[in-house]
Amino acid sequence: MLRFTLPIGLFLGLAVFLLVGLGRDPGYVPSPLIGRPLPAFTLPRLDDPEQEFSYSQMLGEVSLLNVWATWCIGCREEHQALMQIAATNEVPIYGLNWKDDPTMARRWLEQLGDPYVVVAMDLDGRVAIDWGVYGSPETFLLDADGQVLYKHVAPITLEIWEREFMPRIRAARGQG
Amino acid sequence: MSRWLLLLLFMLPLTGVAIDIKDPLDNPEQQALYERLLKEVRCLVCQNQPIGDSNAPLASDLRREIRNLIEQGQDEQEIRGFLLARYGDFVLYRPRFTAATALLWFAPGLLLLAGFWALWRVVQRRASLPIPDEDEEQAELLAAEARRE
Repeated sequence: MLRFTLPIGLFLGLAVFLLVGLGRDPGYVPSPLIGRPLPAFTLPRLDDPEQEFSYSQMLGEVSLLNVWATWCIGCREEHQALMQIAATNEVPIYGLNWKDDPTMARRWLEQLGDPYVVVAMDLDGRVAIDWGVYGSPETFLLDADGQVLYKHVAPITLEIWEREFMPRIRAARGQG
Repeated sequence: MSRWLLLLLFMLPLTGVAIDIKDPLDNPEQQALYERLLKEVRCLVCQNQPIGDSNAPLASDLRREIRNLIEQGQDEQEIRGFLLARYGDFVLYRPRFTAATALLWFAPGLLLLAGFWALWRVVQRRASLPIPDEDEEQAELLAAEARRE
């Protein structure tokens, strides 16, 4: 009996293992920050580099933090979706402009629209390292205390927004 | 042949092109740590390259960051902790031993044991088969040949 069940069992086990592996995105790296507070930062603002934007200004309500850059193709892809999400006024969207040319970033927002409440500039990528950013666009969902609830790596679409973000936002507000 | 060898010879300097390991750290021990970490830390943009081999912008940022940490006097454990807190176990080519990575560490040994077990079973089964008598076989073959003729 073992003669047949063992090889078939091994084969099925391996097949399921490989099949699951096929469906997974090898580029996705789970963030160790989930469930922990986002590391604090203070950075100059894109609209006015004289002014600073810091972490504490985001606290107090559920918010979204989007890492983007003009050199990032996926960011252009998701920009329309971000504009639509901003239009719903569900949560404030903050931006981290990652290793970018400020002039080009400002022009981008003029031409494509500005979904952000504030955009902070991370010119040398130092803050992005603290957040474990490795591929823009990345979007962090933070609760009122600044804990990371969820992180999405890849362009956001409205479908992903409804499926992954909205249930977590409702749960964080206790409307779950 | 010699022309190919010459071509290979010309390619040799290309292998020596290192990414910004310019002006080494003053302390040779710190430089050794830096170079070791460049080989141990995965570039998350181009996942099968260590940051020492990658020219991705993130890899160069991480090199700069690691260099700074070393200059501040942090040791290898502290720098590994710094990276783990931000990027998780995947960032190190030799991840920590935890419940989540235990299978990864044990799998090669387990597979080797499974291989030995399978081998042992096959050998046992073969050993219990009767040993064929060679003379008898030879005689049969000769008889068969004789019949054909």
